[in-house]
Amino acid sequence: MSVDLATVKRVAHLARIAVPEADLPKLQGELNAILGFVEQLNEVDVAGIEPMTSVTPMAMKQREDVVTDGGMAAEVVANAPASEDNYFMVPKVIE
Amino acid sequence: MTDLTSLTLTEARDGLKARAFSATELTNAHIAAIEQARALNAYVLETPEHALKQAAASDAKLAKGEGGPLEGLPLGIKDLFATKGVRTTACSKILGNFVPPYESTVSGQLWRDGAVMLGKLNNDEFAMGSSNETSAFGAVVNPWRRAGSNVGTGGAGAVEGAHLVPGGSSGGSASAVAAGLCLAATATDTGGSIRQPAAFTGAVGIKPTYGRCSRWGIVAFASSLDQAGPIAKTVRDAAVMLRSMAGHDAKDATSADRAVPDYEKAVGRSVRGMKIGIPREYRLDGMSPEIEALWRQGVAWLKGAGAEMIDISLPHTKYALPAYYIVAPAEASSNLARYDGVRYGLREPGRDIVDMYEKTRAEGFGAEVKRRIMIGAYVLSAGYYDAYYLRAQKVRTLIKRDFDEAYAAGIDAVLTPATPSAAFGIGEKGAADPVEMYLNDIFTVTVNMAGLPGIAVPAGLDGQGLPLGLQLIGRPFDEETVFSLGEVIEQAAGRFTVGEKWW
Repeated sequence: MSVDLATVKRVAHLARIAVPEADLPKLQGELNAILGFVEQLNEVDVAGIEPMTSVTPMAMKQREDVVTDGGMAAEVVANAPASEDNYFMVPKVIE
Repeated sequence: MTDLTSLTLTEARDGLKARAFSATELTNAHIAAIEQARALNAYVLETPEHALKQAAASDAKLAKGEGGPLEGLPLGIKDLFATKGVRTTACSKILGNFVPPYESTVSGQLWRDGAVMLGKLNNDEFAMGSSNETSAFGAVVNPWRRAGSNVGTGGAGAVEGAHLVPGGSSGGSASAVAAGLCLAATATDTGGSIRQPAAFTGAVGIKPTYGRCSRWGIVAFASSLDQAGPIAKTVRDAAVMLRSMAGHDAKDATSADRAVPDYEKAVGRSVRGMKIGIPREYRLDGMSPEIEALWRQGVAWLKGAGAEMIDISLPHTKYALPAYYIVAPAEASSNLARYDGVRYGLREPGRDIVDMYEKTRAEGFGAEVKRRIMIGAYVLSAGYYDAYYLRAQKVRTLIKRDFDEAYAAGIDAVLTPATPSAAFGIGEKGAADPVEMYLNDIFTVTVNMAGLPGIAVPAGLDGQGLPLGLQLIGRPFDEETVFSLGEVIEQAAGRFTVGEKWW
């Protein structure tokens, strides 16, 4: 399977990465090289095979449903590009 | 006095215990070596003051006959490990000047055991690369040079001539260990990022079993594949490092709740009677005769130590790399969604929030990271999930089954080459076709897909005088066997150290 320019554009938007129009053809070539490479997986007979979900089978641990951490809002926002009163600041999203 | 930076980790440990030198002297020697070696670009952040403070504390403990297993030993930390109060960037512009208010579990265990932090080490951006060329801090230089090469340092201290890459993604770790800029380093391995750079620099690197080391506080790339491990000068050093790095952590649900053995005790243990699998699928068409000869030599050494060689088949080997290039980007696209210009790092203003996301990520991520995020977004998108991601995860089940069957038939470990070639030159690979670079991981990536422990041990030099490594793959949670076997190879091959400090 190979991707056309419109698909590259759509995927860039899905990935939330702005790609200048002029860079699309090069990116298309690179993505198609990778997709061409993974094409060989179609040779494998996977009928009846379970997809891997955990490489080392182990039982998920459980613990009491209690608060174990928190109360450090200032530290949480310390690295934010924009914050006010311990809130993250973002451009307006609701009109 | 001997050059303290030429000591191995365990030699330095024993020297500190014997009071032959102090932790402060040992640390100062490394700080001086790092200053001299800036042209290699191995460190992205030097923390000499922090190191000397830790060293002084270690000296006080050592004077009282106290201290942990790594007391006073100066280490380098890959910039993927969050270090409290010390800038951590994953070598990406998008993390900017991120200063974690917490410590990764693995690095925290090193400080618990007395180690000293010299600084943060360069790596491929978000650990995506096999040459350390994708770092936002620029490429790392391999201290090894081809015989007769023109590589040297010019007047300004910059490297001149066509230098070699140290491999990646843990290129800074490998380069620093090989150049004597730390006694050992932390690293991470998602598809070969510990073992391939170790092989390219004459160092030892082990990726432990998935779950052995906590991933908490390590910048995530592909969560079902990522594992931390050490790059070190010897097998014994790697064993000592891994013992401190490993262990259960309640903060990582995939971390294994198993006791951590004293791995050093496995170093030097007899391998007589062990059954070593030689997988025929690793004998690639067009394989270099030097790599074949190295592999044969490894077989001879292990036979000489009393191990039994058995030809085995791992039929799905050739599908590991293509399956990896679906699974890893898919997980990466999901993990890296968090870099949105809101909570940390870079933000580029936009006309609305989506525009802000798109501009921030366009500006903050490098080309390789963008490619992988987009591949991931594509293979997970509606209509393609079954054809790509689900199929790749089924193939992964088959890859693991190959190993399970070999181990069930009595194989103790598998011997393969570590890489298809020695270190290559900067800019030599992947410029036109990203897949050319990906092929570097052809021998290592199966191990991540199956979650197994794998060690790379230097075993010889190629025709140009560059180090080559062999890989040993063990049963799940049986790192001890690969340490025992690795030691046999190291004893037979000898150590490979960079001759002249030309930088």
